Amino acid sequence: MGKNRNGYFGMFGGSYVPETLMPALRDLKEGFAGYVKDKHFQEEFTYHLREYVGRPTPLTYAENLSRKLGVKIYLKREDLCHTGAHKINNAIGQVLLAKKMGKERIIAETGAGQHGVATATACALLGLTCRVYMGTDDMKRQELNVFRMGMLGAEVVGVDRGSKTLKDAINEALRDWVTNVRTTHYVLGTVFGPHPYPTMVKEFVSVIGKEAIRQIRRKEGRLPDAIVACVGGGSNAMGIFYPFIRHESVELIGVEAGGLGIETGKHAARFVSGKVGVFQGAKSYVLQDSDGQILDTYSVSAGLDYASVGPEHSFLREIKRVNYSYATDNEVLDAFSLLSKEEGIIPALESSHAVAYVVKHADRFSEKTVLVNLSGRGDKDVAHVKEIVKKG
Amino acid sequence: MKRLTKVFQDCTRNGTKAFVPYIAAGDPSLQRTAEMLLYLAGHGADIIEVGVPFSDPMADGPVIQTAMERALEAGTTLRKVLDLVKRFRNLYSTPIILMGYYNPFYAYGIEEFARDARASGVDGVLTVDLPPEEAREFHGLLKKEGISSIFLLTPVSDAKRISAVKRVAGGFVYFVSVTGVTGERNTLPEEIKERMVEIKKEIPLPLVLGFGISGPDVIRNFYPYGDGFVVGSALIKHWVEAGFSLERDSDFHPFYKSLVEACRGR
Repeated sequence: MGKNRNGYFGMFGGSYVPETLMPALRDLKEGFAGYVKDKHFQEEFTYHLREYVGRPTPLTYAENLSRKLGVKIYLKREDLCHTGAHKINNAIGQVLLAKKMGKERIIAETGAGQHGVATATACALLGLTCRVYMGTDDMKRQELNVFRMGMLGAEVVGVDRGSKTLKDAINEALRDWVTNVRTTHYVLGTVFGPHPYPTMVKEFVSVIGKEAIRQIRRKEGRLPDAIVACVGGGSNAMGIFYPFIRHESVELIGVEAGGLGIETGKHAARFVSGKVGVFQGAKSYVLQDSDGQILDTYSVSAGLDYASVGPEHSFLREIKRVNYSYATDNEVLDAFSLLSKEEGIIPALESSHAVAYVVKHADRFSEKTVLVNLSGRGDKDVAHVKEIVKKG
Repeated sequence: MKRLTKVFQDCTRNGTKAFVPYIAAGDPSLQRTAEMLLYLAGHGADIIEVGVPFSDPMADGPVIQTAMERALEAGTTLRKVLDLVKRFRNLYSTPIILMGYYNPFYAYGIEEFARDARASGVDGVLTVDLPPEEAREFHGLLKKEGISSIFLLTPVSDAKRISAVKRVAGGFVYFVSVTGVTGERNTLPEEIKERMVEIKKEIPLPLVLGFGISGPDVIRNFYPYGDGFVVGSALIKHWVEAGFSLERDSDFHPFYKSLVEACRGR
């Protein structure tokens, strides 16, 4: 594995931010390095994960789907986390850290709204004020989550610039952070951005993989043949992959958003048509034009609708430890209903990408054991899917 | 002697300050920018900062964000910006600083860019999202071509940050007046005067104040502390309000002239 020197994973990562943020990133790096080793911090974090989030989450054997596809499928049930997705693990970790570091105010960006809801929730729990930036297009797609954030006491600020989605929300959160850097901690929601975020977020979400490795050993007496997770920024994937990376017999597969199809240009498959660039704090694969301008992305799932990808994913791809693929909106919607009908589990559209991959490649996994990270539940998507179905 | 060095030497000799207007290249079109560059150079600009448009300008406020949107809409690319500088350089020796975000430079190819920038007559480059820690390779290439690396310091820069910038900075140091994005403020915090004095003691380069300068009064207030003053958003706003006109009766002229006058200590 790559040495994480100055936040680099091979050639990917780094801290590409305006000078104003450099002292804050240094403080954060030091604060994180100190607290992550601190017994009391770890106890407090673990306490919240157990008593509040509801960890460990189950590893459910998907019996009906397994029979139908001829693949032994286990689902890591992050959809059963409090607030409905894996995002809460990172949000509690960071808000706890920010509080210890004496910050009074929390800001966050959100795409699908899950990270915004998780951060608003952690702030309610730990008593910090919270502002969430969200693209106005995403606010339309995820109206329910906007309302939920308000219920939780957070202020949601709509971002009406650019593509009006996640990347624009991150720009606006960064502008807020540059302005209020003395009092504010920015809870970035994925394994992206400047160092130490990719490393810090990985630490907070790796509980997913640590549990999964124990659970699958208990159930199967061995490790799975493959693990499949969707990849937007890549936090749920990194969370489940990380403890398995050194077990080379386990195939790791990340699934990006294929949107309306690669040939249409309306997708978020960075590893298919992106190239290496620097965007929002990190060097990684970026969807950009030949002049280095960032391209608009498209996906049915707001949470994967992003032009770049966590730098460690770019590294894991380069060293060929993880394979990356994509699923199109249509495949995803089919998987969404398939899992709902077969297992009585409505998955988030993001997580449905991972399910869709297994469905599509069932032949290749015949008789094998595959673990799917079900990163979130689909309640937030029901209204949106209803609209799509109505339109036909 | 480098053109940039000469500007500050002349200012010191005359007891004046460098006036540094900022415009976004290609806003609203490259033709208009070319006209504006000639106007600025002919009317008292000592150094010109040319913004290289980027789709996601995370350190810019609404005025420059919108200017960059217009510039991209008009099809502006880094290659065209270099052409623009080259044509300007045939007529004027006013130093040109390109200010932008790293990805367009990276996509251009940094070695090729350094060579082309020299050939076009670029004097300095400031990449907002490339702090000293990440700048080694790019700014090493620029230095080889005789192009100055401009870095930012801010109100939250402590001794460690100041020495990080000191190790790599060339041309001048750009002091950001506020924690925040570009865009005019009515007043700037008084306590930055003290910071500017400290930085001047530490780094033997001219210190230029920018971000938030709304008009001549701000320049007068900070006159003794800086060696130059950058005005971006306020200038662009006045130019937009004047319908991008530089005609004789344009409302742009009085404001522009007041900035030049302030930098001359009047």
